[in-house]
Amino acid sequence: MFRALTARGALATAPSRVVTRERAPVRWLLTGAALAFLGVFLLVPLVAVFAEAFRKGVGAYLASFTDPLALSAIKLTLLVAAIAVPANLTFGLVAAWLVGKYEFKGKSALITLIDLPLAVSPVISGLIFVLLFGLHGALGGWLAQYNIQIIFAAPGIVLATMFVTFPYVAREVIPLMQEQGCEEEEAAISLGAGGWQTFRRVTLPNVKWALLYGVILCNARAMGEFGAVSVVSGHIRGKTNTIPLHVELLYNEYNFVAAFAVASLLVTLALVTLALKTVVEWKSRTAQTEFLPDLHNRETPDEDRTAEHLQDVWQLQGAQ
Amino acid sequence: MSQGGGRRARTLNRAFALKRHSVLPGFGWTLGCTLLYLCLLVLIPLSLLFFRTAGLGWSDFWSAVTAPRVAASFKLSFAASGLGAALNAVFGFIVAWTLVRYSFPGKRLIDATVDLPFALPTAVSGIALTTVYSRTGWIGQLLEPLGIQAAFTPVGVTVALTFVGLPFVVRAVQPALQDLDPEAEEAAATLGAGRWQTFYRVILPTVMPALLTGFALAFARALGEYGSVVFISGNMPMRTEIVPLLIVSELEQYDYQGAAAIAVVMLVASFVILLLINLLQWWGARHQRREGV
Repeated sequence: MFRALTARGALATAPSRVVTRERAPVRWLLTGAALAFLGVFLLVPLVAVFAEAFRKGVGAYLASFTDPLALSAIKLTLLVAAIAVPANLTFGLVAAWLVGKYEFKGKSALITLIDLPLAVSPVISGLIFVLLFGLHGALGGWLAQYNIQIIFAAPGIVLATMFVTFPYVAREVIPLMQEQGCEEEEAAISLGAGGWQTFRRVTLPNVKWALLYGVILCNARAMGEFGAVSVVSGHIRGKTNTIPLHVELLYNEYNFVAAFAVASLLVTLALVTLALKTVVEWKSRTAQTEFLPDLHNRETPDEDRTAEHLQDVWQLQGAQ
Repeated sequence: MSQGGGRRARTLNRAFALKRHSVLPGFGWTLGCTLLYLCLLVLIPLSLLFFRTAGLGWSDFWSAVTAPRVAASFKLSFAASGLGAALNAVFGFIVAWTLVRYSFPGKRLIDATVDLPFALPTAVSGIALTTVYSRTGWIGQLLEPLGIQAAFTPVGVTVALTFVGLPFVVRAVQPALQDLDPEAEEAAATLGAGRWQTFYRVILPTVMPALLTGFALAFARALGEYGSVVFISGNMPMRTEIVPLLIVSELEQYDYQGAAAIAVVMLVASFVILLLINLLQWWGARHQRREGV
């Protein structure tokens, strides 16, 4: 009797629910299948890039970056990102404020339109600018009169990149701003803060992690875009090749070591992006749990939080 | 009387107003800026594609998009994207399942690497996959004795399209699995269902909307993919030429209208998929609500 009881007690406190768990061989099989799938499709290609890049040693690897063509590709890529990312950052914030803080007709249609470039093939994203600004395009003749070149030149590359990276910041910030509502902003306004001040002091700190994540993604895509840029660039050596296009050029010339060396630069960028993404997700999760009062395990009483909050608002008013 | 009239006018005003009243400043100019930027960068260039095609006339359009080479590329694009998305649906589900339910060393690292195809530039994944799956590559030489040649065949195209769609199913299914109510599974077990029966009678129907959404997203992404396919496919017309590649080669021959016509078909296809995804999400939300009641 006593033994039966303890056995039952042990069952009741067992940490895992046995009935809703698969048997060990099934678990191992599934985990093995998952790891094999990820290994074949993700890990092996990733390792291959570095293996090929260092095939002829560190010297050959480093020499790939001193090539003037590589340097001009890096310069162009940095220039394109330096224009496209701030432009879409500004747009993303303006659009997020519009969608997150007001109720108006056609709002869901607007959100769909903002996401539109994600549904468009990169090749088509380049094509539409060729149709618009190309020599036989809608504005082509007019541009030729004034000797302005957009397609097969840097402006076309910037435009195509801006199109492709258009939604990234907006779609990260919009859901968060919608979720947070506008009570804090309304409080700030009613206490006499201006619109810009409210945005800078109240809204921006609340969305900073999502904003940073959006900017990271936008930058990664801007620097790595291949399809759209390939269509508008014209592949002029040393002039209109970005880093991904330079990789293609080297690869097609069977210069594999250099191709993979330059590609490893982009892989490093991708890995840094993923690492930052993980950090930002973790930060925003902790920020959110701070933001929402935890009902079961509250550290500071409600009054204290309110007082703290009011103090913030007073500071804000005083600064005006 | 006048009071009632005033109230009616206010209600009317509210019903027809463009926006609900708000004390926050900046509605006008943020709306203006957003619409202006959206129109200039996205809507006008995209609509031009349709205008360009409309100038072609129906019969020319039809012959441009049904030419044998074009038809072959459409067939390959849809088949390889579908197969890749199906592979992702099966294995992506298993990956999501192991990440949510089991614990093993390095799990968080693996969780983070799932997003790699999102972050990796497509040209890089293209040359990496080609090297690995070519006849002398690490995986290609294992496939060679089995009589499978991956690089420069439709198999290679499918491999590349599976790679680009990989994160979609995992990221769509993961939250759905996390939200599953353990009590439903416990009830199924109590009523005598085996693990497999519980899976396909209880778990799978609940996760289905998320799984289908992931499948559709992976399919849509694969359909438009260019960079990671262009290296591994070998670009042989009629055999390994996908639609985006065909658009590029038409452009290189300065056949703008032919390229635009094919692009319009592609765009319409991806918009239809987008619509289906929205319907799926609506279905999923309804599913959850019904379960909540």
